[in-house]
Amino acid sequence: MRIQIGEKRAVVTFKYFLITVFAILTLLPIILVVVGGFKTLAQLRLDLFGIPNPVMWSNYLDIIDPNSSMFFLNLLNSCLVMLMTVVLGLILSSLAGFALSRIQFKGKELVFTFFLIGLLFPPAVAILPLYIELKTLNLLNNYLGVVLPQVAFALPFQIMLTRSFFNHIPIELEESAYLDNCSPFGFLIHIVMPLSKPILTTVAMLAMVTSWNNYFLPLLVFNDEKLFTLPMGVMSFQGQYLNDWSLVLAFISLAMIPAIIFYLIAQKYIIDGLTGGAVKQ
Amino acid sequence: MKNKPTKTGYFSKGFFSKNSLTAFCFLIVPLAVYTIFVIYPILQAVWFSMFKWNGLGPMNNFIGVDNFFKIFSDPVFRIAIGNNFKIVFLSLFFQLPLALFIALIIARKFRGAVVYRAIFFLPYILSEVIAGVLWSFIYNPQYGIQNTALTDIIPFLADFPFLSSPSTVFYSIFFVMIWKYFGLHMVLYIAGLQNIPQEIEEAARLDGVNWWQMNRYIILPLLKPTIYLSVFFSIVGSFQTFDIVWAMGKGEPVHAAETMVTYMYKFGFQRFQLGYGSAVAIVIFIITLGVGMFYQKITASKDI
Repeated sequence: MRIQIGEKRAVVTFKYFLITVFAILTLLPIILVVVGGFKTLAQLRLDLFGIPNPVMWSNYLDIIDPNSSMFFLNLLNSCLVMLMTVVLGLILSSLAGFALSRIQFKGKELVFTFFLIGLLFPPAVAILPLYIELKTLNLLNNYLGVVLPQVAFALPFQIMLTRSFFNHIPIELEESAYLDNCSPFGFLIHIVMPLSKPILTTVAMLAMVTSWNNYFLPLLVFNDEKLFTLPMGVMSFQGQYLNDWSLVLAFISLAMIPAIIFYLIAQKYIIDGLTGGAVKQ
Repeated sequence: MKNKPTKTGYFSKGFFSKNSLTAFCFLIVPLAVYTIFVIYPILQAVWFSMFKWNGLGPMNNFIGVDNFFKIFSDPVFRIAIGNNFKIVFLSLFFQLPLALFIALIIARKFRGAVVYRAIFFLPYILSEVIAGVLWSFIYNPQYGIQNTALTDIIPFLADFPFLSSPSTVFYSIFFVMIWKYFGLHMVLYIAGLQNIPQEIEEAARLDGVNWWQMNRYIILPLLKPTIYLSVFFSIVGSFQTFDIVWAMGKGEPVHAAETMVTYMYKFGFQRFQLGYGSAVAIVIFIITLGVGMFYQKITASKDI
């Protein structure tokens, strides 16, 4: 019995050792980059793992300074695109999810299937004609040129989520809403949506992460540097300061911060959002 | 059927006499946005793919399926498609087992599991471009890990060319993909594991099964739906690889890290061969769909 417990303790220790090594390896590149942003170029070259000496706040200050880098503009653009994508996605997926769940009409299944087809197509398939289309609609160098396609490609999955959640709203609520002379739209706004916060949070979280990290579409739509989002800003800054890695490191460190803060705050929702829809069927 | 939450409510029973009209009002905007920005461009891609067209001027050079023959006779495309399949298989053999292994350790009765989970998932939250530039630095011969005492401990590191040689660039990038994505799969597995009732394990433990038997014969079979799903995500995602490759050298040197999407981007937007690029897009779609359906079929019919 004693031996068994001893073995178990050894196993547990080994597990912790292994997992901790993995965790350090996972974090190390990020730490090296953030710390590296505080080093002089010379120190960066000689001493990757060392502590910054002297501490070069100026790298970070240069990035924050609107006169020397576009960081804040990139950040603002990313925020605007994300916000519009999320809001529009929530509205459209709620409307469609509601109609496809609670309203009876001819061709309902057909419409739902039509939306589901979209799940089959990766955005890359449509990107060339989409580019021509956006050009014709005069949406190049326009936030909407990124927002609308982002919303459209997210819709099928979002509708799947909202529709199945709305299906579970009890009939009694609909009955009393009807007796109170509530319109379907009023029922959606005042009763269904407040009750559906979990699924709407999921939809919003997924849309936020996707929009925030999107690079392919903005790369095509935005030529004007003033509209660049953060990922584009990172690429263009790295292109400009190819030989000044300490500045580039400061830039990407700052570019990581919003996502990391958001992640630390909303971790539970993001992970639930990603796994909840998928695993708990 | 009876106690299933309703699909036919008051709104649905025709109390609102104009149900179709109501539905139309709800659906018109979502349908319009979806049709204009998803369905229409996809149909157009099919059409474009049959032309030789530079995106400007009239589309009058109809060449049928010639583009598709050209694609498969281009050695660069063969590299690209090969790389995509390599990503699929390497992910299945390295990334997912690693994710599963870590999930099995930290999913249950592991102090600090929340912290570890947060750490492993962190890279997934970063954008691919940031991950790519970040690792370009780590791989940089003058500034990165090659320029440190680590080369004394790991000798081959000293002259490993990482992103600068055609023979190593693909694997260097794939390593970054593991780093970035294993956390996603780990999180899926953890969620799946937490859905397995504790009683099953307890009962098994009372019967005296060991760690290996427990995982192999009890946990894994119960986790099968989650594993199928994670593999599916991995396959579909692998065929879309673009950002991370683009941020780490645009598929170069000598196309060694090219993927189907970088290949399409180069023809479509850098050389403005929109017809040819669209044909590549269609090929990507057909392959994704084909592999996806094949996968669905084997997972649905067989008990692996």
